[in-house]
Amino acid sequence: MAPLFYIFAAVAILAALSVVLQRTPVYSALSLIVVLCALAVVYLLLGAEFMAVVQVIVYAGAIMVLFVLVIMLLNARRESPVNRSQMARRLGVPLLAVFMAEILFAVWGHFSNAPIPAAEFHAGPAAVGEVLFRSYVLPFEVTSILILVAVLGAVVLAKKEI
Amino acid sequence: MATSSSPMLLVLMILLRVVIVLVVLLTTIAYAVWLERKVVAHIQSRWGPYLVGPHGLLQPVADALKFLFKEDILPREVDRVVYYLAPFIAFTMAFASIAVIPFGESITIRGETIPFEIANLNVGVLFILAVTSLGVYGIALAGWSSNSKFPLFGGLRSSAQMISYELSLGLAVVGVVLIAGTLSLREIVEQQRGLFNIVKQPLGFLLYFTAAIAETNRAPFDLPEAESELVGGFHTEYSSFKFAMFFMAEYANIVTVSCLATLLFFGGWLGPVFGPPLLRALLPLLWFSLKVFCFLFAYIWIRGTLPRFRYDQLMGFGWRVLFPLALGNVLVTSLVVAWQAS
Repeated sequence: MAPLFYIFAAVAILAALSVVLQRTPVYSALSLIVVLCALAVVYLLLGAEFMAVVQVIVYAGAIMVLFVLVIMLLNARRESPVNRSQMARRLGVPLLAVFMAEILFAVWGHFSNAPIPAAEFHAGPAAVGEVLFRSYVLPFEVTSILILVAVLGAVVLAKKEI
Repeated sequence: MATSSSPMLLVLMILLRVVIVLVVLLTTIAYAVWLERKVVAHIQSRWGPYLVGPHGLLQPVADALKFLFKEDILPREVDRVVYYLAPFIAFTMAFASIAVIPFGESITIRGETIPFEIANLNVGVLFILAVTSLGVYGIALAGWSSNSKFPLFGGLRSSAQMISYELSLGLAVVGVVLIAGTLSLREIVEQQRGLFNIVKQPLGFLLYFTAAIAETNRAPFDLPEAESELVGGFHTEYSSFKFAMFFMAEYANIVTVSCLATLLFFGGWLGPVFGPPLLRALLPLLWFSLKVFCFLFAYIWIRGTLPRFRYDQLMGFGWRVLFPLALGNVLVTSLVVAWQAS
């Protein structure tokens, strides 16, 4: 399984770079879909079939479709380069270094080579549902209300213009 | 899975299954098109294809050859990469979903178990929904990359339509999944041995069937390619084999949703099995094919009978009628399942 992991990890990283570097919005969106699908394959290799499929349904199949739809509606073509702000130019790379260091630090602390025993690895629909709707039911509900508020806000803003 | 064989043989067996399933699927698609032309013709008191072969039976072959030899036109202002990518996405996603569909009971010959499917995934239902939801990119991107008015409208309409009806489709399937308590298609079918799910989920079936028509862009919900207002919709600028790929993707999707309807609501390959071992092995396949055929026929029948919806009616119907009904179905089903469990 290791070679497959490296192939799809590389695909994910390359596509992620392409998301940032592309000048045409549709290409960026398409690259993001590739990232999401490559990550789904990594989940699949870990034996988390449910997570992999849900990742594709929710992110690649629903959220990104809306992204692409909006890009198509705005008919956004190639972006013209703008003069970047002074702050972005000076702080960009140092901030990136700080964030990378932080992520590495966080990952390093939890990193171990010992594989997780299969009995302790729960990623099926039942296990995920159990955790989501028992242990984390409050954060789950709060998040859904947050999204509802965002939807209402969008409707109010859009109606104002009509 | 073959139990006692080398990895090489295993891969070969899987490849063999893939090839067989693809050949069967392509033939089904070709003759589904023929069937559609024939049935619609008879509904409209015409003969339909009659010249190529007896009763026009060789018409699909002639059509395929024609598609292959037509000139491949590339409009000047298209976005080339996406323009070429779009039919491939539509085609691949339509054909990928067939991989998890079980066609019949596994049979055992000389100790080797031969399953009638390419891959037995324990989240088969979700896999099909995931692949179908990716298929919308083919249509949306085709509309965008053509850089032309009508395809763009077709692409936009189809994205909006497919997102809206995907919700009802998914929720209609949830009802069956709640009853079965599993996402594996094989287990869902096995559980229907006594009673088909259509009896327990009549509303769920109607919702699934309606949403599936919209999901596959078929009449009366074929707004994305409404020829009376959008020329040809998203595939207006496509010619030759790229057009054929969209065409095949559409029919592959119809076959897939028909298979899924058979598996989820009509007990898949279950049916009376009798006679000698060979007949016993083949009868489940026959029952499955017969049921799928009935769905294909119903699709064509509906297309031949009903007029097309108006676009706002379509969206209104999806969100105000189908979606609340699907939610209600899930609610009632889960209440009944919880009540039975306690």
